Amino acid sequence: MTEIIDKIALASDVFLMRLKEPLIAAKRRAGQFVILRLSEKGERIPLTIVDSDPNIGTITIVFQVVGKTTSLLSSMKVGDHITDVVGPLGRPTEIEEFGSVVIIGGGIGIAVAYPIAKAMKQSGNTVISILGARSANLLILEQEVRAVADEVIVTTDDGSLGVKGFVTDSLKRLLDSRKIDLVVAIGPVPMMKAVSEMTRPYSVKTIVSLNPIMVDGTGMCGACRVMVEGRIKFACVDGPEFNGHDVDFKDLAMRLTAYRELEKTALAMYRGRH
Amino acid sequence: MGNDLRKKRPAVPRTPMLERRPEERVKDFGEVPLGYSPEEVKLEAVRCLGCKNKPCKSGCPVGIDCAGFVKRVSEGDFTGAIKLVKEKNILPAVTGRVCPQTEQCEGSCILGKKGDPLGIGFIERFVADWEREHGEVLPDKAPATSRSVGVVGSGPSGLTVAADMILLGHEVTIYEALHEAGGVLIYGIPEFRLPKDIVAAQINSLRRLGVVIKVNQVIGSTLTIDELLTIHDVVFIGVGAGAPAFMGISGENLIGVFSANEYLTRSNLMRAYRFPEWDTPMNPGKRVAVIGGGNVAMDAARTALRLGAEEVSIIYRRSREEMPARAEEIRHAGEEGIVMRLLKAPRQILADSSGHVAGIELLDMVLADADASGRRRPIPKEGTEHILEADTVIVAIGGHPNPTIARTTPGLDVDSRGYLVVDRQTMATSKARVYAGGDIAGWGANVIKAMGDGRIAAGAMQELLTR
Ligand SMILES: Cc1cc2nc3c(=O)[nH]c(=O)nc-3n(C[C@H](O)[C@H](O)[C@H](O)COP(=O)(O)OP(=O)(O)OC[C@H]3O[C@@H](n4cnc5c(N)ncnc54)[C@H](O)[C@@H]3O)c2cc1C
Ligand SMILES: Cc1cc2nc3c(=O)[nH]c(=O)nc-3n(C[C@H](O)[C@H](O)[C@H](O)COP(=O)(O)OP(=O)(O)OC[C@H]3O[C@@H](n4cnc5c(N)ncnc54)[C@H](O)[C@@H]3O)c2cc1C
Ligand code: SF4
Ligand code: SF4
Ligand code: FES
Repeated sequence: MTEIIDKIALASDVFLMRLKEPLIAAKRRAGQFVILRLSEKGERIPLTIVDSDPNIGTITIVFQVVGKTTSLLSSMKVGDHITDVVGPLGRPTEIEEFGSVVIIGGGIGIAVAYPIAKAMKQSGNTVISILGARSANLLILEQEVRAVADEVIVTTDDGSLGVKGFVTDSLKRLLDSRKIDLVVAIGPVPMMKAVSEMTRPYSVKTIVSLNPIMVDGTGMCGACRVMVEGRIKFACVDGPEFNGHDVDFKDLAMRLTAYRELEKTALAMYRGRH
Repeated sequence: MGNDLRKKRPAVPRTPMLERRPEERVKDFGEVPLGYSPEEVKLEAVRCLGCKNKPCKSGCPVGIDCAGFVKRVSEGDFTGAIKLVKEKNILPAVTGRVCPQTEQCEGSCILGKKGDPLGIGFIERFVADWEREHGEVLPDKAPATSRSVGVVGSGPSGLTVAADMILLGHEVTIYEALHEAGGVLIYGIPEFRLPKDIVAAQINSLRRLGVVIKVNQVIGSTLTIDELLTIHDVVFIGVGAGAPAFMGISGENLIGVFSANEYLTRSNLMRAYRFPEWDTPMNPGKRVAVIGGGNVAMDAARTALRLGAEEVSIIYRRSREEMPARAEEIRHAGEEGIVMRLLKAPRQILADSSGHVAGIELLDMVLADADASGRRRPIPKEGTEHILEADTVIVAIGGHPNPTIARTTPGLDVDSRGYLVVDRQTMATSKARVYAGGDIAGWGANVIKAMGDGRIAAGAMQELLTR
């Protein structure tokens, strides 16, 4: 049982929670995630560890409400307990001194991008961050990212904040104007695909963090398999980060639709009761 | 009456165990064989010849004195019988149900030369169930020693080490990655073959003896083996070899293709068959093709049937004789209407326009003469490609070790395929104070062998702790 220590609404349908998990807080590194299950009959869902405080033994998660489990989690309060939390899972981000690193977060992907930006900065990189959202009120963690990045570019699809347009437009300007050593892109699959396609002709190494459907998260079921360099990889133990130039995004996008109808059923039934 | 039976011995067939009718049992997850009554078990037990050289005992990987416990059963001494079995095997209710008896104890039974071998598994199951229903015979625990044992993984090998070490008076903590203890017995083998209550009862009795079970702990990550060695005097690794293999053919990532582990985990561990009451979703499929010929393939196929599939096939590239599954499972699957498509291998999986499985292309095989390993190798017959319509494909072709522990444990040697290297006499790994057994130690993947490893390791650990 894991206690919820803190809960903050970051945007509409996006919440931040701090959970009491001393062992995980002591161990986690940027790029890793936890799997949690809210009740005995609950599904296991993966969420990135956005931050941790080893001194008080807490980890931070940020989640968007998209289906039944995240809806239920959003209804839980400070002091409530989560049945199971396991982690840290996945391989940590490879953090080195690369030079100039562009870190792109789109939508909820900013939650996954933030810890990487923080770790990259701590290892002496120059960090330029591009944060994309559909609209100003959906942008999350802007202040946190500003606190660790050397430069922050905000883009919104509707122009309600920052630059109007997609993150790739801003990325193109950066690639054309200066030397970039590494790009990290996390967000919706089409965005990660577009970024990877854009950096390919520039030969700039590009890391993406994949979010396939997971069950156990320990390498036992193969639900999270993704195609990288034409070979099957398990995102939970071999990833979740991979070289974007090697990833088969079409395969990933297709596999993410596997349970769409059943997920709708579960959410409709949940909403019907609440 | 016993004497009459004995004269006609070889002609007396095995006492059948009542089973639920196929039409009825495929509608739910209830167990298939219903168990013996006390009268039936005695009737079966008296068939034993009490052979002097005990071939049955040599056939059992842990050397259970079959003739001995069967004799007690025939005398009505069920308590004596279960005590004798449990000297070697802490999970008889499990092994009685899932051991490949026809290759082990029963495969060596003299009665099998002329007729049916003795139903050792059935009798073992009876005494274990009898004990569970009549109050467990809890063994005596040695005085506390203040020595501490860490066990990684809660499958049969880990449970055996935990049981042996707690009885020797040590403190024992089991670390399990999933949210429920039991290993394959919980997430793999389905309820209709091994009721979850039985595994839960065993785990509860370990808890009552004082074993601490910590779930949600991925060793190699949450804590490393080196950290466990600072908490415990010795550590046993029994993490299984659960990473599923895929075939590497085109179409394997289509929606509707599962590893058997995913299919069975969704159904067993996550109770997807009770969606949406339980949250985990599953599209079990209507026309299901299962690839493989082992227990895992049979379990996946029979699970699919119970989840509502209309047509389930098993695709196996050798013939029925080579199928590694237990004989009883192959028979049950056949009775339930599962179609065995033998001597066929998949070439590719075909998609519909939305990325769902639409069918599977198969190729006929012929068997070549036995090779050095004694197995007949299947070779494809060119030009025999044909398509089987399907909406779901389940890949059940085995697994390999998960790299998490090896990656994070300096000094722990693995072989070229990732299995931990152990000394078979002691189950010691290359790392001091660390032992391993079961599937991760790479020797014949089955429940009783995993428990046998656990027993050997516990003996060697005890020697180390009392040296
Ligand atoms: C490594 C990893 C890290 C992630 N980190 C975050 C995070 O920090 N914050 C966040 O909000 N989300 C994160 N996700 C996605 C998150 O796991 C899903 O949003 C969540 O599982 C949805 O559960 P649900 O029951 O609410 O919705 P569902 O009804 O199950 O699904 C709604 C939608 O979410 C997608 N989805 C469903 N199950 C999963 C799953 N197990 N994994 C991924 N996507 C799924 C489906 O495509 C579906 O369209 C991460 C996913 C992965 C794999
Ligand atoms: C579907 C299926 C059917 C089978 N049918 C039969 C049968 O009929 N008869 C038979 O004899 N055998 C059968 N087997 C094989 C048998 O189940 C295995 O050989 C046996 O369970 C192996 O035991 P084990 O102790 O090695 O561990 P396992 O049972 O594999 O359990 C290992 C445990 O360790 C946990 N773990 C893994 N990694 C970590 C980690 N890093 N940290 C913490 N915990 C970890 C796992 O979650 C798991 O719970 C079957 C297997 C399957 C999959
Ligand atoms: S443990 Fe298995 S092999 Fe040994 S006697 Fe029992 S059923 Fe037979
Ligand atoms: S070999 Fe068969 S008949 Fe002989 S003692 Fe063993 S179980 Fe009895
Ligand atoms: S989630 Fe099961 S193997 Fe990755």
